[in-house]
Amino acid sequence: MNAILLNGTRTELPAGWRIADLLLDLGYRSRRVAVECNGVIVARRAYETTRLAAGDRIEIVIAVGGG
Amino acid sequence: MDTTQQADTDVLELGHHRFRSRLLVGTGKYRDFEQTRAALDASGAELVTVAIRRTNIGQNPAAPSLLDVLPLERFTLLPNSAGCYSADEALRTLRLARELLDGHALVKLEVLGDADTLFPNMPDTLKAAGQLVREGFEVMVYCSDDPVQARMLEDLGCVAIMPLASLIGSGMGILNPWNLEIIVERSRVPVIVDAGVGTASDAAIAMELGCDGVLMNTAIAAAGDPLRMAAAMAAAVHAGREAFLAGRMPKQRYAASPSSPLAGIIGR
Repeated sequence: MNAILLNGTRTELPAGWRIADLLLDLGYRSRRVAVECNGVIVARRAYETTRLAAGDRIEIVIAVGGG
Repeated sequence: MDTTQQADTDVLELGHHRFRSRLLVGTGKYRDFEQTRAALDASGAELVTVAIRRTNIGQNPAAPSLLDVLPLERFTLLPNSAGCYSADEALRTLRLARELLDGHALVKLEVLGDADTLFPNMPDTLKAAGQLVREGFEVMVYCSDDPVQARMLEDLGCVAIMPLASLIGSGMGILNPWNLEIIVERSRVPVIVDAGVGTASDAAIAMELGCDGVLMNTAIAAAGDPLRMAAAMAAAVHAGREAFLAGRMPKQRYAASPSSPLAGIIGR
């Protein structure tokens, strides 16, 4: 297992998971989200190839109501 | 009537976008997404702000989301950096917004400086604005109603200057029309009042001063009947714009001039 920081919360993930695996697990594959890994934006086309490592800080965001 | 023709030619240009509506509205503080959408429709707004936030991990991912009620063929989204207190936070947020919206470049930059008043942090606003422009964003910027800093933001390449009329969410109206007027007179890019509008007359006054648009959220969402207020705001923005274009009569405190003839009054 790898421990990452997912939206600020420590989360255990199976080793070797890619961003795509995480999004699938969270049920986000059909949702419009944006992903940042260690402060750098991960392009959608890179979800399948970006592997998560222990200690990664992942942010997943959506659009919400605001002014 | 001429108004139709005028409405077609009187467009608001923001970056490479063109809008007929000069009322920009936020999507926060509504009861639910249904009310959000109904209020947006009643307002006639074409450009609507959204915030960027972390997903709630563990929450039902199939639950409806805001973007489900904001079809992109009907609305242009204006992602904001609301809640950011530094240039770095704002840059991070708006870069994520651009990724989220497939390269969409039009954003509302907002860097706050104080949690009580939500006054902008202008040094960081200027810093972030310059960087965003360099990265190809079209920046609409929330700022203080200071003509000098408004000019600085314009010189950095912002596509719209958006001074507050009074504090965000306060509904206190146009507190310093003279500053807004100076900013409008000297600005070469659209000036949009962002924050402080409380009721329809505030929106009309902003437009009569020559502002190019008004952005509001709480004034509609916190009204007793948000849909009715949304329609009222649309009418007020339109009326204020028309009055500005028409050119108001000069104010003359002592030159009383009756509208009816002085000749032929009976009994004289």
